Amino acid sequence: MAKRIDVSGLSAFYGTHKAIDDISMTVEPRSVTAFIGPSGCGKSTFLRTLNRMHEVTPGGRVEGKVMLDDENLYGAGVDPVAVRRTVGMVFQRPNPFPTMSIFDNVAAGLRLNGNFKKSELGDIVERSLQGANLWNEVKDRLNKPGSGLSGGQQQRLCIARAIAVEPQVLLMDEPCSALDPISTLAIEDLIGELKERFTIVIVTHNMQQAARVSDRTAFFNLAAVGQPGKLIEIDDTDRIFSNPSVQATEDYISGRFG
Amino acid sequence: MSHALQDQRPQASRSAAPTSLTRGGLPRWAPAGIAVLSIALGSGIGLAFGLQSEIQWGLIAALLFLAITYTASAVIENRRQAKDRIATSVVWVSFVLAVIPLLSLIWTTVSRGVEVLTGDFLTHSMNGVTSFDEGGGVYHALLGTIEQIALATLIAAPIGLLTAVYLVEYGKGSLAKAVTFFVDVMTGIPSIVAGLFILTTWNLMLGFGPSGFAGAMALSILMMPVVVRSTEEMLKLVPNELREAALALGVPKWRVILKVVLPTAIGGISTGLMLAVARIAGETAPIMLLVFGSQLINGNPFEGAQSSLPLYIWEQYKVGSDASYDRAWAAALVLIAFVMILNLVARGIARWKAPKTGR
Amino acid sequence: MASTTPTQIDTAPPVAKSGRSTGRAGDKIFAGLSKGSGILLLVIMASIAAFLTYRATIALSENEGNFLTTFDWNASANPPVFGIAVLLFGTVVSSVIAMAIAVPIAVGIALFISHYAPRRLAAPIAYVVDLLAAVPSIIYGIWGALFLVPQLNGLNLWLDEYLGWTYVFDKTQVGVARSLFTVGILLAIMILPIVTSVSREVFLQVPRMNEEAALALGATRWEVIRMSVLPFGRSGVISASMLGLGRALGETMAVATVLSPSFLISGHILNPGGGTFAQNIAAKFDEANEFGRDALIASGLVLFLLTLLVNGAARLIIARRKDFSGANA
Repeated sequence: MAKRIDVSGLSAFYGTHKAIDDISMTVEPRSVTAFIGPSGCGKSTFLRTLNRMHEVTPGGRVEGKVMLDDENLYGAGVDPVAVRRTVGMVFQRPNPFPTMSIFDNVAAGLRLNGNFKKSELGDIVERSLQGANLWNEVKDRLNKPGSGLSGGQQQRLCIARAIAVEPQVLLMDEPCSALDPISTLAIEDLIGELKERFTIVIVTHNMQQAARVSDRTAFFNLAAVGQPGKLIEIDDTDRIFSNPSVQATEDYISGRFG
Repeated sequence: MSHALQDQRPQASRSAAPTSLTRGGLPRWAPAGIAVLSIALGSGIGLAFGLQSEIQWGLIAALLFLAITYTASAVIENRRQAKDRIATSVVWVSFVLAVIPLLSLIWTTVSRGVEVLTGDFLTHSMNGVTSFDEGGGVYHALLGTIEQIALATLIAAPIGLLTAVYLVEYGKGSLAKAVTFFVDVMTGIPSIVAGLFILTTWNLMLGFGPSGFAGAMALSILMMPVVVRSTEEMLKLVPNELREAALALGVPKWRVILKVVLPTAIGGISTGLMLAVARIAGETAPIMLLVFGSQLINGNPFEGAQSSLPLYIWEQYKVGSDASYDRAWAAALVLIAFVMILNLVARGIARWKAPKTGR
Repeated sequence: MASTTPTQIDTAPPVAKSGRSTGRAGDKIFAGLSKGSGILLLVIMASIAAFLTYRATIALSENEGNFLTTFDWNASANPPVFGIAVLLFGTVVSSVIAMAIAVPIAVGIALFISHYAPRRLAAPIAYVVDLLAAVPSIIYGIWGALFLVPQLNGLNLWLDEYLGWTYVFDKTQVGVARSLFTVGILLAIMILPIVTSVSREVFLQVPRMNEEAALALGATRWEVIRMSVLPFGRSGVISASMLGLGRALGETMAVATVLSPSFLISGHILNPGGGTFAQNIAAKFDEANEFGRDALIASGLVLFLLTLLVNGAARLIIARRKDFSGANA
């Protein structure tokens, strides 16, 4: 199921502005990797290059290689639609389809990708909602609109929607920043469960969160405003938070800037 | 401006072994190539079957384009991709379909209009020119149009402005709701109905004859809701802090509105006004009922029949001689130029003033 | 006005008694004026309905025909005989044709501007579409009559030949294409800009995150539009269409120039002939006597109510949509 991501020499641009510069790293399968760093350091931009979502923003452009096991996502003939089907994404603000029911939200990706029998579809939806720890809360109102749920529930609905299509990798762009502490805890627990099945990459502003949920942590920084963001270091989470090898990382983690 | 979802389409690659992420793709030039092919085929079919109108050729080409795109994509790519491509093609085709008649309209008006559009045409009336003669001009109509829209603006602008001020600054409760709703509905009144209304009251009940002023009243009914709508939008853009700052100084509300709110929004308000003027300048139906039309110069909008540009076009069209068609097109060109200049100036003001109100 | 007439508001605290009372009185007058203008608008709307109804009842009381079912318009004759059946039919049929053509194309152009066009082209195209909404209807009219009608003769014959078996496209009368079908096409061209620009506004308001949700699931561009853009924009497109319909129903000059009128109802839409409310008023007004005018006013009243209904419905849909999206925000 889960695949390894191997990034080498990756830069991303908005028009002529270089947002991130020459990033290389490896993300292990069935693990959680957290990206931390000050605002504007390009960690979200980098995340979006991993499923080719960066290029849908006007002027977005990418150079370099992202290998998913042995396939380059930016290789010739690669269909970005197929990439996004393989690398799922959860966004900062919960974004269920407002006009669809809870059931249809979860089934949306499946319906794109083929003809499922009704019973099959029902099974997958149930499994996905259970996988997102949401089933018990919504099983009696699957036909109600998804926008009627609370923020935390909506975010778990979005996770269910993303895992329903069985992606290889799950990208999460600050998934808890719009949520209250209890909902945040629920999502963090869920991330712990999901890493058994998926390769997970999570961007977070919250260093405690990175320390709690991730196995590996990458620290991004930028030299000055307007300069491109760079990967400073990536290491086991324990080491980053106890004994980082770069001074800037320690400064950031101990709250001296950012 | 645009949300354009600009996915780069994958390029066809023969060398790379097919994997799960790649798929066969049509080459980049495929849409353009298919378009050229369809146009060629469409014209060929048109010629072969002796179809006279180019419109048919175009329609055949458009249908061929859609069909070939779908088939090619379905065969070489997959069904989802084919659907995506056909949607893209339909969107492009509908754009082209719409642009062609609109371009043709402008082109026809300009090319036919310049034939007789001279200085004489702008400075002479139709006095003594019979329908089948060449010559004559639009001076009387241009004068009439300008007087009528000026009067209409004099009536509609204050009422429209004040109503907008009421809605934004004072209006609460059911009266404001009713006004808002009926202003919206009023924008949809057919111009001929506005004409009939003035005809009923001013002419039939009060017994006045046709005049430019009667037409102006009907035009003002058409203009008011447009002015209210656009002014309202502009007043809403004025930040509340500005009002509060002035009120906190103890300035009475009406002075705040006159001295602070309206001046801040003046750029947008004048844009809205000019667009409203441009809209009524081309109205024909109420003028036909109320101003009656005349071949002579009548500078007094309060007494006797006048002409107006749109009405002049209609009269010349009805005559049906070559000379009158020429005059109709030339007048149409004058009218279109008049309206377009108003529009461009209005939008120019909007752009020029935008940064100041936008902050 | 009292002695304190501050030239600059920020330097003039109205402490003096006279100043304050000016403020109060001024406020009352100004508030009254603006409220009065609002009420005046309502009064105008009400009097349009009232006066048209009044004149219409005069006409209807003398009518020897049935106002709803008579296929004739001899209002100036003695006794007067007139009915709106043909006009209602022609108005509805030409508007329906216009909608059937214009709405899909307008949605296409709106999507083109909002989601497909290269970004550098999108803004100028939107601008041109807005400008085209300002072209006066009489110009559409003479273009329609002198350019479009000859162009459509061929299409009419072709439709007759190949789709004549459908009854609707059966052209049973010879003559140029001054038919309800041509009128419908011309009206479609005329309402395209308004339907396009309202739809475009709605499509541009689709939250970016809704579109990204679909993209991230591996949706193609068309699937993104189907999943996110169209559901969000549906009510906007409906109300845009109804605004367009309102225009098409009440259009006078374009119909009057193109149509060769006749007082017949025929399902063969390619045949020359038919009529619409507005066109009939324009055509019959000149030779109408006072009673004839009242009869025309009666038909104008029906048109007024028709457009009132359509526009009111469009506005209600828009208002409901505002509530809906507010609840979702």
